[in-house]
Amino acid sequence: MSLDGNVLAGALADIFSFEITAAQVTCAGCGTQAPAASWVVFAEAPGMVARCRTCERVQLRLVSDGRGRTWVDLSGVARLEVGETR
Amino acid sequence: MARAAVLGRLTWRVVTVGAVVQESERAVTLTLESEERITHRPGQHVDVRLTAEDGYQAERSYSIASAPDDPSVSLTVERIPDGEVSPWLTTVAEPGDQFEVRGPVGGYFVWDDSDPAPVLLVAGGSGVVPLMSMIRHRRRRDLHTRMRLLYSARGEPDLLYRTELDELAGDGFDAVYTLTREAPPEWEGYRRRIDAPMLAEVRPAERGKGTVFVCGPTPFVEATANSLVLLGHEPARVKTERFGPSGGGS
Repeated sequence: MSLDGNVLAGALADIFSFEITAAQVTCAGCGTQAPAASWVVFAEAPGMVARCRTCERVQLRLVSDGRGRTWVDLSGVARLEVGETR
Repeated sequence: MARAAVLGRLTWRVVTVGAVVQESERAVTLTLESEERITHRPGQHVDVRLTAEDGYQAERSYSIASAPDDPSVSLTVERIPDGEVSPWLTTVAEPGDQFEVRGPVGGYFVWDDSDPAPVLLVAGGSGVVPLMSMIRHRRRRDLHTRMRLLYSARGEPDLLYRTELDELAGDGFDAVYTLTREAPPEWEGYRRRIDAPMLAEVRPAERGKGTVFVCGPTPFVEATANSLVLLGHEPARVKTERFGPSGGGS
């Protein structure tokens, strides 16, 4: 089942000092700019995988080992814009 | 609007079930008690973690239904037949039981009550839950922001909070319902899935202005958000939250 980027808020609150779901993200694949909340998220894999809603390119992969260590792959993200929204 | 606040490290905390209220055949509201007060913004959710005796853990996100000023936080959870978390929350949990929550979290799908723009809320099935927090907050704070809920469900018994919504109507708030599968003969609301003509009829008079919050199953949210943009709503002011199975709106 797929969710959206809103569901990542809790898992990513420990990693970023800003609120990720409201961040504007530019996809490295198609250049679409959209809030992270719009990502297509698969949360039932061993980790979480988030894809661009426009081109399906993987934006973020997050895996935790359950003992306090976490790996984050953001290679599909070209740019993050954080702060006050317009 | 959402602020990029510096967040402290989020930890899981234990909550105790206070009250359990059956909202519909499949949905239950759980009131949570915790040592430290849980303060949230309308629209936010918490992550719930259950741990089995063998150590197996399952996590899911659930929207907060209560207003920030309510005495305690409540979640309304819909049972997903093959779910790992919702069957326990909706059919097993009773007052005194404990589980862990993380949050409240989320900064995108949040209503900023200092924004005077009219608000249209569009709910599919249990997608009404975070929107209910916004509606309750408006009343609790005696805010005059114009707010309308367009709420799609399969049948009348699936409409959550129906009595309360009808009591809250007036003074700039109202609820419009549509039933997609079964409607009683005397039903006066809509009887079809939400579409562009329906949205054009129910949205605020200033076309394309205001903020829209859409929450429901993924296909419902996609169709609704696309219709709103075609009707001239600015995409950045159409805020969406999607969830997987369950299809109140379909």
